[in-house]
Parts: sequence; structure tokens; C-alpha cells
Amino acid sequence: MLGEAIIKGMAVTAKNFFGSYVSKERLPTVQYPEERLVPKENARQFPFLVYDGDDWEKGLRCVSCQICEKECPPKCIYIIKSKDKKPDYKGQAQFYPARFDIDISVCMSCGICAEVCPFESIKMDTEFELSTGDRFGGLLLPKEKLAKSNEHYRKVHPTDAAASDAVLAAEIAKAEAKAKAAAEAKVKADAEKKPA
Amino acid sequence: MVESLDQLFVNLKHWALGFLPEALQPLVSAVLSIVPLVAVFGGLFAIVTIFERKGLGRIQNRYGPNRVGIPFTDIRLAGFGQFIPDGIKALIKEDVVPRAADKVVHFLAPVVLLIPVLLTYAVLPIGRNMTVVDFDAGVLFFFSVGAAVEISVFMAGWSSRNKYSLLGAMRGIAQMISYEIPLILSAVTVIMLVGSLKTSDIVAAQAGFTAGLPNWFVLTPWGFAGFVMFLIAALAESNRAPFDLPEAESELIAGYFTEYSGFKFALFFLGEYLGMFAIIGLGITLFLGGWHAPFPFLTWVPSYVWFMTKLLAIVFFFIWVRGTLPRLRMDQLMSFAWKFMIPMALINLVVAAVWHFMAGTGAARWVVCALLIAGPYVLLGRGLMENKHLGKRTYRFAD
Amino acid sequence: MSPVFLILALVTLLSAVAAISFRNLVHCSLSLVVTFAGLAGLYLQLHAQFVGFAQVLVYIGAVAILIVFAILLTRSADTPNHAVLAPGWLVGIAVAVVVFGALGLAILKSEAISKKVPAAPEATVKQIGDALMNQYVLPLEVIGLLLTAAMIGAVIIAMRDDKEAK
Ligand code: SF4
Ligand code: SF4
Repeated sequence: MLGEAIIKGMAVTAKNFFGSYVSKERLPTVQYPEERLVPKENARQFPFLVYDGDDWEKGLRCVSCQICEKECPPKCIYIIKSKDKKPDYKGQAQFYPARFDIDISVCMSCGICAEVCPFESIKMDTEFELSTGDRFGGLLLPKEKLAKSNEHYRKVHPTDAAASDAVLAAEIAKAEAKAKAAAEAKVKADAEKKPA
Repeated sequence: MVESLDQLFVNLKHWALGFLPEALQPLVSAVLSIVPLVAVFGGLFAIVTIFERKGLGRIQNRYGPNRVGIPFTDIRLAGFGQFIPDGIKALIKEDVVPRAADKVVHFLAPVVLLIPVLLTYAVLPIGRNMTVVDFDAGVLFFFSVGAAVEISVFMAGWSSRNKYSLLGAMRGIAQMISYEIPLILSAVTVIMLVGSLKTSDIVAAQAGFTAGLPNWFVLTPWGFAGFVMFLIAALAESNRAPFDLPEAESELIAGYFTEYSGFKFALFFLGEYLGMFAIIGLGITLFLGGWHAPFPFLTWVPSYVWFMTKLLAIVFFFIWVRGTLPRLRMDQLMSFAWKFMIPMALINLVVAAVWHFMAGTGAARWVVCALLIAGPYVLLGRGLMENKHLGKRTYRFAD
Repeated sequence: MSPVFLILALVTLLSAVAAISFRNLVHCSLSLVVTFAGLAGLYLQLHAQFVGFAQVLVYIGAVAILIVFAILLTRSADTPNHAVLAPGWLVGIAVAVVVFGALGLAILKSEAISKKVPAAPEATVKQIGDALMNQYVLPLEVIGLLLTAAMIGAVIIAMRDDKEAK
């Protein structure tokens, strides 16, 4: 009969209306600043620079190879290579970035920089509350602001961080093995040299 | 005490008038009647927009505005302060007028909308002895002044020189003309039985109780049918969903007021809501007993409170309908008006006459009148659904 | 002559002149609306509430809307470029003068004007209804029949000829 479906529909919306006051299921909205969802592990916002240890300047992994700068599609990374060198996590002397800026008003969160970096030194962060009153300077992040500890990385992306730690550990092990081999070779060579 | 509370505003006005010289009294009396009316209904508009947004939100399983409360404090009032920033925003926005627009007509349209809408409030009895002017032809006044709204819709749509505006105006006028007929015809039943066009007479005719129930017209077969048709036509007249084709955000942006911004847009918005309140107020006067209390033991509540309660109840019903029904298509809208509403309204007129002549026959007239309405309703509804004028549409090439 | 009457008469006359002298048809019809409103005001000023309201309902609510609708459906919104005055304007004025003279004479000669008007006859809606339904019931019915015939004719013209369409 005419009008039957209208009454049915009205019942549905009435149920929604009153239900939203009693059941949480009918009101899935999360009231953001007060309530928060647990961040998802795969979330990514903007890149950050990983450092080991306590001192960010010393522990910064980046060796200023500028691969990420070249790969970044919107070209929002700006790097100036240092003149001198400092030891990296393996103790090898490396360049470091004298300047490392990312303009996050341009960055499109593609994550390519993190993919291409061969030194596990740039990773994607989950921090998203970055709004600022200064639309130019405030969104151009220098390396002081970009630097975050490896602990932070482990916290936001546990799985990826474990993989990256494993890679680094393997690198160190390889370097140590190499050093040992070199040392042994040296010892051998020395031993060979002595009798001569 | 009860009596004085009921007549509080009337007595207050008389008391204030007593201080004035004789010559000034008519003028000041008019001002004292109009200003509170405009203020109260303006305030109601502000509150109802919040209720509407919150209600629609709840219907759609979300919160709706719940942040803004009293300005400069942390008190949130569950979002009921939202209308303050909304109003400020509308006032300080840039007033953009299209270069091709007809400037004078464009400027006049919102004014032409608001004036008749405000005039209609003059004949609404919002409480005992609380009608601004009790015209002899009050109901006719309401409808005749309300008809001027169409001119404003046309002016707004035409002067904007915008396809969407023009389409919206065409739809709006076609819809308003079509639904004005069932609106008036359903009101005519009441006028016929009361024998007066005076709003206060109509309210007086619904006074008293029989068997604990009020003598409202909505509680008779013809009155119920008339009330339902009046509500449907009122929805269409005030351009509210599901009859919001003239505005249709998804098709026409905002229809005839697409090219309005800032304060003029706010005026259109205000005019639309005030028009809705006015037409609901007339519906209450005609069918819901005006300011009369629904039960004998509740007669101590002041009359204006009853009027406002009924008004809000119907407004909430309108919000509920808006949250439920999708927009009609143009041909469905027209078919519904001309092939269902108008025949039903005409039949209802006959039923009202039958009811009048069968007075004193007790239950018999109830049965006869109810059958006379239910029969055509079922038959008309079935016929229209079968002919695909209403109801489901089958597509030839799609699906 | 009260100031209210003067203002209303002025508004009515000015808008009537505007209605025939604007170039844009829509402006003309909108001025016509003002004329109708002014007329309604004049009726109200004569304490003829019912007639005044009916004037607004019928002329502003229906006739004016029909006019603008017809303009909307048939013409573009552009202002026409030809002159306001039609070529035969002299003849037109002559006809207008003759009609005005005839009407004026008839009114002046009629008895209604010579009689002293009894102070504002308050015709209530009920009286009007009684008069229509008793004294003038035959003219009313004839007009009703005529209008119904006109409406049926319009419907038949507008109806699509199903045989031809297929
Ligand atoms: S995430 Fe993409 S856009 Fe952003 S800095 Fe890295 S490479 Fe550039
Ligand atoms: S972040 Fe990685 S890729 Fe970019 S310059 Fe530093 S080491 Fe190279």
C-alpha cells in the first residue's frame, strides 16, 4: 500500500536516532582531540632521520649520499654535504649532512626516500599533528627537528625497525668479520714477515 | 495565578501601554506585538538549525555539532552555541554579486521573501488573546501573503543569470503552485465546518474535551486526512526534503539562491525557516487545536507554551522526515501532487460535508467517513503504483 | 484624501507606468506585481479585506506567476533592442483615451457616485459568501462551468496524442 515503505524507513531512522544515545556501536565517531585511535603500524606521514645512541648529532646515520634528494619526486629534500668526516655506527669515517631540510608542505608522504636510502637512515614517521601558524618557516623542517632516535623508530614501526636493525647488525657483523679477517691477515702477514 | 501566567504577556503589554498618551498607543501597541514575535521566532530559527543538524547527525549515526558553547569560555552546552559563529560568519562574509546579474532585482529578492513571510505571523494565534491582528479573513490573508514568496523565488532565480538558479526557480515555482492547491483545499475543509475564516474562531471551535480527548479536528477522519495532506503540502511549500528539488544541493548547488552569499544568503535561509514555522503554525491552528491543551488536567499550562510545544514537535517531525526520505524526482513530484494529493483533497472535502450532515448519528458517521477516505486512498495509491506514476521505477536501458 | 491613499495611488500609478515603459519584459511584469499590490492596498484601505486578500492571492499569487513563467519559457533573458513604443503608438493613445473617456463618463453618471457613501460598509466574509451562494448563485455557477470548460479544453490540448506518438 502507498506509504508503507515510508513508515518502515521512518522506523529505521528512529531506531538510529535513539540507538545512538544508548549503544556505542551506532555511534562510531572518535572524538579526536580527547579520544584517539591507536595508531596503525603501517601509517606514514613525513620522513625523519634516525640516529643511534643519545647524541643526535653524533649518532645520525645519514652519510649525505644525496640519493634521497635525487629520488624525491616533488624535490622537497635539500642537503648540503659536510666538508669533514665523522665516524659512523661502524666506526668508519663518513660525510654527514651539514644541512638537511625537508619541506613538509611539499612532501607527499610517498615514502620513496625511505625506500631508496641504503643506510637505513631516513624513515617514515607517524606524527601528524604538525599544523603551525607559520606557513613557510614552520613547515620547513631542519635536521634538528627531523632527527629522532632509533628507539622512536622501534616504537612506531616495530616490525620494520627490527628488520632494519637486523640489516645493520649484519653490516656490523660483516664489518667486524672483515676487520678480523684483515687483522688475521695482518697477523699472518706479520708472522710471514718475521721469519723472513 | 494560572490565569495571570497565561495572560502574562497580554497584560504586560496593556500595562506598558497605560503609560503612553492616547495618540501613540496604536503605534506602540503594534510595535510591542511585532517585536517580541520576530525576536522569538528568530531565536527559534537559530535553535532549530542546531536541532536539525544534531538530529540529522544522530539519524546518520554521528554526533553533529557538539563543540561550540558560550563564546570565550570552555562551556560547551553540547554544541548549542553553534548558531553564534554561524551567524557571525554569514554576516561578515563577502557579498558577491555576479557581474551579469540584474543588480536591483537580485538585491530585492531576499527582501521580497522575508516581508510576506513575516506578515503571515500576523494572523497566527500563538496564545489566548495573542493574535497580532485578528482579521475577519485571516486564513485567506495567510495564503494570499504566502503566495508572494513565489515572486521572490522567481526574482532570485532569474536575476542571478545562472542556469542552476533559473532551473531551481522554475522547479520551485512549479512545485509551489502545484502544492498550494492541496494545501488550500485541505484547509478549506476546516473553514467549511467552522464557518469562518477567522483564525481565532477556528481555534475556539476546537475548545473543550469529549471523553477525555480534545475536540481537535485532527481526531476526526476528515481532519486526520486533511492534516496529513496539509503536512505533506507544507513540506513542499517550505522546500524541505523530500521536496527540496528547488535547492537540491547535489544537482543545482543551492537552486535559486546559488548566487547569494553572506548576509543575503542568511536572509534566504531565515526566510525559509520562518516560512516553515508559519505554515506549521497554521497547521496547528487548523487541525491541532491551536493553543488548546491536549488533556483536561493540563489546561493550567499557559496557552503559548502549548502552541510552541506543538510547533517544535512538528518541526522535529520534519527533521525526522528529512533524515529519512530521499529527494523525489520532478515527474514523481508532479504526479504526486496532481494525481494523488488533489483528488484526495477534493474527496476529503466531500467527506467533511458528509460528516457535517451526519451529525448526531454517533458511530455511524465515523465508520462511513473513515471508509470514504480509506477506500479512495487504497484505490488511488494502488492505481498510481501500478501505472508507475509513483513507486518503483523500472529502467529500460540501465541495470 | 488621506496620505495613505495618496501614497498607495502614487505607487500604483508609477508602477503601472513602469510596467509599460521598461524594456525588459521581466522588469515589466515585476512592476505589474507592484501595481497589483498597490491595488490590493487600495481595497484594504476601503475596508474591503476579502477583496484585497483575494486580489493578492489571485493576481500576485497566480496571474503574475503565470506571466513570469510564460516569459521564462518563451524568451531569452536578453533585453530586446527595439524601441519601447510600438509603431502604432498614436492610434494606441487614441484608443486609450476613448476607453478612458467612456469608463469615466459611465462612472460619473452612475448613481453610485452621486449617493453619499454610507460610512464604510463593513462587508464580512460571511455576507459575501451568503450573497454569492443565494442571490448570485446562477452567475457563479455559470462562471464555474465556463472555467471548467476552459480547463478541460486546456487539458485536451496539452494531452499527448498517444496514437500519433507511436
Ligand atoms: S616521502 Fe616522498 S615526497 Fe616526502 S621527502 Fe620522502 S621522497 Fe620526498
Ligand atoms: S638520508 Fe639516506 S639516502 Fe638520504 S642522503 Fe642520507 S644516507 Fe643518503
